[in-house]
Amino acid sequence: MRYKDYYEVMGVPRTASQDEIKRAYRKLARKYHPDVSKEKDAEEKFKELQEAHEVLKDPEKRAAYDQLGANWRQGQDFRPPPDWGKGFEFSSGRAAGEDPGGYSDFFSQLFGDGSPFGGAARGGGAGAGRAGRAHRGFAAAGQDHVARVEIDLEDAYRGGSRTIELRSPEMTPDGHVIVKPRTLRVSIPAGVTEGQQIRLAGQGSPGIGGGPPGDLLLEVTFRKHPLFEADGRNVTLTLPVAPWEAALGETVAVPTLGGSVDMKLPAGARAGQKLRLRGRGLPGNPSGDQLVLLKIVLPPDSPQARQLFEQMKREVPFNPRADLGS
Amino acid sequence: MSTIDQILEGEMFDESAWLEIGEFCAYLRVDRTWVIELVDAGVLEPRGPTPDTWSFPARALPRARATARLVDDLGVNLAAVALILDLIEERRRLERKLEELERLLER
Repeated sequence: MRYKDYYEVMGVPRTASQDEIKRAYRKLARKYHPDVSKEKDAEEKFKELQEAHEVLKDPEKRAAYDQLGANWRQGQDFRPPPDWGKGFEFSSGRAAGEDPGGYSDFFSQLFGDGSPFGGAARGGGAGAGRAGRAHRGFAAAGQDHVARVEIDLEDAYRGGSRTIELRSPEMTPDGHVIVKPRTLRVSIPAGVTEGQQIRLAGQGSPGIGGGPPGDLLLEVTFRKHPLFEADGRNVTLTLPVAPWEAALGETVAVPTLGGSVDMKLPAGARAGQKLRLRGRGLPGNPSGDQLVLLKIVLPPDSPQARQLFEQMKREVPFNPRADLGS
Repeated sequence: MSTIDQILEGEMFDESAWLEIGEFCAYLRVDRTWVIELVDAGVLEPRGPTPDTWSFPARALPRARATARLVDDLGVNLAAVALILDLIEERRRLERKLEELERLLER
């Protein structure tokens, strides 16, 4: 397994006080919390931060961790010493419903269930999701996990299945918790929208003391699409049109998620005008619409184009700045 | 444990579905008192005059779950969570608008 430098993760020196550790955690948690953060890999970084905080905030765990010595480097190959945890007194009883999972093997072996520090960890398995039930009275049930799943807009339109990789805690026969990769194939219903959750009953953490397992909640996000922007079930497409197509109200081909359709532009259409193709968004009851945002594009420079513009200049009386008083 | 050969069918609420308070609590596995606190803090907006008759849009479930995470992980109170979640929604709306405008401007 790989050594984890928890001080490096939290950006504090080894001499940091408990207050400094708390402040560093709060600051980094605001930066990387998956519900708030726009940082890349926020989920992974937040999980690392929680793991580091779990150890450094607890004086007993921190003291034991410090005894490993200061010469280890992040990522270095590591084996726990045979007398690991000896000489420490433990006050940390398991908080019912809390679940050591989603953390590294390093954490699981040194501080997880089955270690001398067994069971005080909490964690978010497949994506740091906790419904907080431990604090609110359903102690026997396993935790719900939340995992974000990124899909293409086309998958949301047509539906389909998606393979997702998760890391889940599992108890070995000798009572250790190890983190095992788990692959699931999940059906994606047609018409799913961004932010919606797909609930997979019983796929979360195992229950405690015979309690029911938690659920796995897949929170859907859309991969950036080259053409469309989704907002709920509506999708918006920015459509480039030639000035004469807009002016004359031509019929143009418009891509939609279900294939190309013909759309008649209103004569005198303006740049930035939004037209609606009813029912061409994501399916549902009712289906969403496709909004078409017009973008007027000049033809590339050429002698013919110049000649025609010169002609318009001479023959079409038009001052686009009339309202500016010029 | 599932294998990759199985395709798991999940449950997903229709965007327009509403849940009675008991059902809403059961999905979140939380006490009713916690949901009432969320309403008092302005995190959730129920339909109905009294807690016994309240119902909530199913689309509020992710919001309630995010609340639990933010309270536990950031140590903020419920009033601050309501503000954070509203600002996140506003940020999403502005990002969509910005994206739209950038597409209009790019060649």
